[in-house]
Amino acid sequence: MARRANPKDLVVAAAVLLVGRRRPKSQPERLERVVPAGEPGRGSELVVLALLLAATVCAIGFIVVYAVDRIPRQTQFLGLSLGLALLFVAAALIVTAKRLIVTEELVDDYPATEHPEEQQLVTQIVDESGSRITRKRLLTLGAAAAGGSLGAAFLVPLASLGPVVHTGVLYDSPWRRGRRLVDENDRPWRAADIEQRDFYTAFPEGADKETLGSPLIVVRLDPSSLHLPAENANYDANGIVAYSKICTHAGCAISLYRAPLFPPDAPPPAFVCPCHYSTFDPATGGTVTFGPAGRKLPMLPLMVDRRGYLRAAGNFDGPVGPSWWGVRLRGAH
Amino acid sequence: MRRVCIVVLLALVAVPAAAASPGSGLVHRGKALYGQYCLACHGANGSGVAKTSVQRIGGGPLRRQSRQQGYAPPLRGVGALAADFYLRTGYMPLEHTGMQPRRSRVLLDDGQIAALTAYVASLAPGPAVPHPHPERGSISQGLHLFTDHCAGCHQVVAEGGYVTGAVPPPLENATPTQIAEAVRIGPYVMPRFSKKAISDAQLDSIVAYVGYAKHPDDNGGWAIGHLGPVPEGLVAWLIGAAALVALCVVIGRRMHGGETG
Amino acid sequence: MVRAVVTYIDRRTGTAPFVRKTLRYLFPDNWSFLLGEVALYCFIVLVATGTYLAFFYQDGTTQVVYHGPYKPLEGQHMTEAYRSVLDISTTVKAGLLIRQTHHWAADVFIAAILLHLIRVFFTGAYRKPRELTYWLGVTMLTVTLLEGYLGYSLADDLLSGMGLAIGYGVALSIPFVGGNLAALLWGGPFPGTHAFFARMYIAHVFLFPLLIATLLVAHLTLVALRHHTQFKQSRRESERKVVGLPTFPAQTPRSLGLAFGVAGVLFLLGGLVQINPIWLWGPYHTYSSTNGAQPDWYLGWLIGGLRLMPHWDFVIGGYTLVPNPFWGGVFYPLAVFGFLYVWPVLEQRVTGDSGYHNLLDRPRDAPWRTAIGAGILTSVVVVFLAGSADRVLVLLNLSYASQIWFYRVAFFVGPLVVAALTYRICNALQAGDRVERDRRLAEREGRAAAGET
Repeated sequence: MARRANPKDLVVAAAVLLVGRRRPKSQPERLERVVPAGEPGRGSELVVLALLLAATVCAIGFIVVYAVDRIPRQTQFLGLSLGLALLFVAAALIVTAKRLIVTEELVDDYPATEHPEEQQLVTQIVDESGSRITRKRLLTLGAAAAGGSLGAAFLVPLASLGPVVHTGVLYDSPWRRGRRLVDENDRPWRAADIEQRDFYTAFPEGADKETLGSPLIVVRLDPSSLHLPAENANYDANGIVAYSKICTHAGCAISLYRAPLFPPDAPPPAFVCPCHYSTFDPATGGTVTFGPAGRKLPMLPLMVDRRGYLRAAGNFDGPVGPSWWGVRLRGAH
Repeated sequence: MRRVCIVVLLALVAVPAAAASPGSGLVHRGKALYGQYCLACHGANGSGVAKTSVQRIGGGPLRRQSRQQGYAPPLRGVGALAADFYLRTGYMPLEHTGMQPRRSRVLLDDGQIAALTAYVASLAPGPAVPHPHPERGSISQGLHLFTDHCAGCHQVVAEGGYVTGAVPPPLENATPTQIAEAVRIGPYVMPRFSKKAISDAQLDSIVAYVGYAKHPDDNGGWAIGHLGPVPEGLVAWLIGAAALVALCVVIGRRMHGGETG
Repeated sequence: MVRAVVTYIDRRTGTAPFVRKTLRYLFPDNWSFLLGEVALYCFIVLVATGTYLAFFYQDGTTQVVYHGPYKPLEGQHMTEAYRSVLDISTTVKAGLLIRQTHHWAADVFIAAILLHLIRVFFTGAYRKPRELTYWLGVTMLTVTLLEGYLGYSLADDLLSGMGLAIGYGVALSIPFVGGNLAALLWGGPFPGTHAFFARMYIAHVFLFPLLIATLLVAHLTLVALRHHTQFKQSRRESERKVVGLPTFPAQTPRSLGLAFGVAGVLFLLGGLVQINPIWLWGPYHTYSSTNGAQPDWYLGWLIGGLRLMPHWDFVIGGYTLVPNPFWGGVFYPLAVFGFLYVWPVLEQRVTGDSGYHNLLDRPRDAPWRTAIGAGILTSVVVVFLAGSADRVLVLLNLSYASQIWFYRVAFFVGPLVVAALTYRICNALQAGDRVERDRRLAEREGRAAAGET
């Protein structure tokens, strides 16, 4: 006979829904311990707690230091607080490892060295799958051709990154006959500005200063000390000589000039590169006198115009910068 | 009456003599010192000694050996600037000719240096001791100029370096005056920068920058010499890797000397 | 609570057996086996700090004029890239800490890899069946060297800019194809197109980390599949039985402790010791340079090689067959890495030992391997030292030219001497072990005899 639900029933129903029916707990048999029991380590627990507390303090310290503006040496305090926080946690974990957990030393098998049956099955599966193929070699050739050329097709657009075939750009230089020499602020150099025992950096007027062919190192030598080879004859302007500032070894800028005050007592004038100490002689056309550079420093012929400004009398006597396969095949252009 | 005349005559002579003596006395004293310490290499009256005429022998009266004779450039016209520089840095006297002058213990006292400087200045007209004003210069412009003209040899934070055949020194002990002097002289194989190449105002900036470089902004912590990757690599291995290896040893077990079984 | 989680996951993934196996996977316990983990944690710190830095770095090469808090660069021209790193170092809060930690992590990462490689090599852990694991590791080493180089070059400061120019010079020096390769990579002659920095950036923050991570996952998977090697320290270890600590509970706090320790040391270094102060070096221009410029330590063997080579460009006809930088910049590193790759196969062929090895040798137990490895290591160290000869000159006043000659001779003589010495030491140690073993055996027999009577 159906009963009308009364409030008490509703309450019981709600309670059952919320709390759930008590399922009889399956009484576990006394399970064998997997991890052996160990002695309690109450002292170590305190140590770990102290370390964790220290870590907490340091981490909060980091947040405080970060938030407060204009703490002097802020980077040092940030690093110290964060680093120590992490180290305290590390210490807590290590103490836990050594003292709070049981360190079991167990023995287990190495996995099997190989599985001959499975190997046989796999080989069989692959081999037997080809039972319908009669022209195996030809098909393999076809697949190789298609795959190889597809792979090449995917790789070829990489050539858009730069000039891969036409490396003529490596010979480029912005210098032309008549181009004026200017300084870093685009002020033109006069011959009279160039004094002995000093060195000057010059660029072509109107050109990008950052290209390798642009920067020159210019010095004035005593004309009687010049021993330029035949191919560089008359490259100087009354003792003023100009060379590429880019070392022919690996491309660093030559920013050292050895300029003896008292020549009998000191090494002769030279350009030196600070990277691997390739040393070039400005009096003999840039020949290498020390260091690993394998090629002489490119020289730029100079002339002085009617108003006294220094101008290039042509292009370099060779490409600038480090050597490559074709560096001796052509001149600079 | 005659006694009065003599006194007046003596006074007339003595006063001008007394007025002249501080300058001429200093130069005179300098000449005596010059004869003692500089003459054998730099020649009489600072005329210089050519290499061909003498051979290299070591030492001077200030440096252990007893006799010095060598060759050296003439000093006529180098002015007080050069003398002040070489003497105050201890570059001179050289231990032996042919070596690079280095900063060393200054064995002459201030009075002797002043006297020698006055003497050398008196040989011929030359530049006076400069007075740079780094406070008027701009550190930013100084860094730019220093990178252009100086960093190739002296390293960008003035920690010194190497050029084939010489050792450009670190500049931590250089005073503003010495920096200005060195720039204008170009000692040993250093280039010489005249006022046309580096104006006095630009020199002020360079001096200001070198002053900054002695204690630059090290916001990152211990600067390990401002040399870059070499000391950084040493720290990475000797502090970083070493600490972590130590940590591994603490955590892991060590081998117990071979087979125990 | 634990049971609830485990039940939930197993019902949805079916992985309880796998998790059980993982929890009881055994780690042979020796401190030197943790070196690889140190490298792993360094990599994690690198990725974390690197991600943060990527939010602030700009890879632009447009010139800008600096107006900011660092006064010594006020009004100077610099690229956007340099400016962004300057801002990270001076304006972004904690920026300098993260940047320095990132850089220290890179330096220590490669040091850890090297220590790990040394351990693996001298104990023969690369032998069958672990050749693949080993080759993956050597590849990772190669890739990280390049990754680090690209990373510090992104700052476009004076030192790293010089380093990039040298990289260009080394690329050019490759016989036949060097010009093409360099022009391809840079998009023309140095300093290249504006896109070059963007490509370096993508390579550094995406391509190479992805590659390293992939290799790393494969490497660790292989280690787990074949299980870790072990030393024979007692009767229990053998080629078939592995003895060690289970993942849980023993190894987990140890590994976690190491992880936090690595991070802690790196952050301490990042906050307390200055590294790569790019604001002191200033921005890079192709026409600028400074004395004392060096690459980061792990490329020091390249600068050493470049300085040691005498000044030969090998020219035939008008063709520059082998430009000078090739030897120090390409040939020598290739030779060393080639040796590393080939060694497992070479050793198998020469010793005729193609057996399975789960047990490790102590270095003394394989005198030939230890001697040859020590020799190769010596040659690398000599080249490293040669790279810092100019700083040694400034510090100790030793002539630079004399040092170069010394290192040239030491490069050939040093490895031979060290190898010979090492071989003898290994044999002596083995003899000592044999004596020790005989002594203990005799003692035991003596005690047994005494016990009987």
